[in-house]
Amino acid sequence: MGRNFLSSLIRVLIGFSAGSIAGLFIGIMMGWNNLANKALNPIISLIYPIPALGWLPLLMLWFGIGEILPIAIIFICSFFPILYNTVTGIKNVDKNYIFVARILGASDLKILSTVVVPLALPNIFTGLKLESGMAWRVIIAAEMVAIPTGIGALMMKAESLIRIDIIIICLIVLGVMCLSFEKFFAFLEKKLTNRWR
Amino acid sequence: MSSIKLKDISKYVCKNVNLEIFDKELLVLLGPNGAGKSTLLNIIAGLIDYEGSVFFDNKPVDGLPANQRRIGYLFQELNLFPHFDVAANIAYGLKMQKRPQNEINAKVEELLQIMKIKKLSSRYPKELSGGEKQRVALARALANSPRILLLDEPMNSLDYRTSKHLRTEFKILQKKLGITTLYVTHNFYEAEEMAQRIAVLDRGRIEQIGLPKEIFFHPTEAVNDFIGAPNILNCDYCNRLSFGLVEVKCGDISLVVSSEREKIKKVAILPEDIYLSDIRPPGPDVNRVKGRLTEIEESSPTVCCTVITGKNSLRVKLPQEIFASMSLNISGEVWLILAPRKLKIISDSE
Repeated sequence: MGRNFLSSLIRVLIGFSAGSIAGLFIGIMMGWNNLANKALNPIISLIYPIPALGWLPLLMLWFGIGEILPIAIIFICSFFPILYNTVTGIKNVDKNYIFVARILGASDLKILSTVVVPLALPNIFTGLKLESGMAWRVIIAAEMVAIPTGIGALMMKAESLIRIDIIIICLIVLGVMCLSFEKFFAFLEKKLTNRWR
Repeated sequence: MSSIKLKDISKYVCKNVNLEIFDKELLVLLGPNGAGKSTLLNIIAGLIDYEGSVFFDNKPVDGLPANQRRIGYLFQELNLFPHFDVAANIAYGLKMQKRPQNEINAKVEELLQIMKIKKLSSRYPKELSGGEKQRVALARALANSPRILLLDEPMNSLDYRTSKHLRTEFKILQKKLGITTLYVTHNFYEAEEMAQRIAVLDRGRIEQIGLPKEIFFHPTEAVNDFIGAPNILNCDYCNRLSFGLVEVKCGDISLVVSSEREKIKKVAILPEDIYLSDIRPPGPDVNRVKGRLTEIEESSPTVCCTVITGKNSLRVKLPQEIFASMSLNISGEVWLILAPRKLKIISDSE
């Protein structure tokens, strides 16, 4: 149980961190730069509606049944929603704040780092909160279908052995992890933005 | 410091605007909504592209980006950074210019004191009142020692008392700092109170530039449409009642006006600043005139009435609902109250 939990946790942590960082970075780029937005938006709009588990057959062929597969699934699951929330957050920043910063002598990079991204934080955190829970739901599903280790795989084994107790414990762990991840980001958001919002 | 010159500026509604603001002058740009006032400020600040040329101290600055124009700009919404406290808001521009930390601290301290907001330094914008936000925004705009200050209807969201108080303080500060200032408003009284000169902008064209009294007493036709043609009364007799108060007689109308000058040539008041009543109003008989209603002109949402009193004819503008609440008839007797605060005077020395 402990080893399976640890496997799932590591996969979620790596996949979610990589997906969030990539989503954040490309989201900032698309929100700030119109050209980047115009170039990337059509491709992303096309890929975004595909559910993360829909990629599973293709990823199995590309990466095989190994550790990269679940991490790639979590990456895809986290990347798009965080990207969209970041783009929305950046685009929603009142233009006058940018004008004020520019008049006060700030360069584009400084405007982005000191004004635009901090003001987009509430939107970014909405994405992080939702997707941190979603990452756990997706990893369990992926492990049930295609990966031999992790909490999802353990639940499938327990089902074949008719071990309802293990299944219930796994469900409780899943619930607690989803909630803990969401609460962690809610706490972080409160810490960073509560004073001024 | 710096003078500003706009030559053949065109952008959006603005067409071939030419305007000069002298060094250390406080010029008020007056105009209705959509006249192009904010567009002109954004052009001077270098925030938008435009056709034509902008000169600071007779040197063209068209190629200069906004962050190198050394401008202080107060937006209508003030736009204090909500995630910084007051001190950090004021220090922002200095940090961006990479000034040494001790210099930043000293400047912030100085501005907190000048603007009387020292006790607010660690508060966030959401914890400030409208007037306090105004002071912080002004301190932030002044922190980089700008050569030009642009203010876009900064008192719009404030109550009358606070905005009047801040206007007075700002006027004193502007004089003390000697900073060339362009102040935008759509309110004639605010413009008159603040300005050394007023430029009236309507539909993207400068319709008139002059001293506040020139604009009020001799408005061009286009300016008349905007501020309203004032009632101008020629004074036949003046009597100083006490320091600051003069009694004037204009035909049959006797008025008390606030003036330090003894000889007053003309008195003027806008039609919307005269109160009209169908019954004799209670209270002392100062600046009240009895007359006969000769004309009613309804044009929603106001009604324009002409009242004859002796040899004078006064135009009064009142809201439709107030007009409807009274029983007014042509040739009927009416009473007028001329608000002393709204009376403008031209004395012999002007």
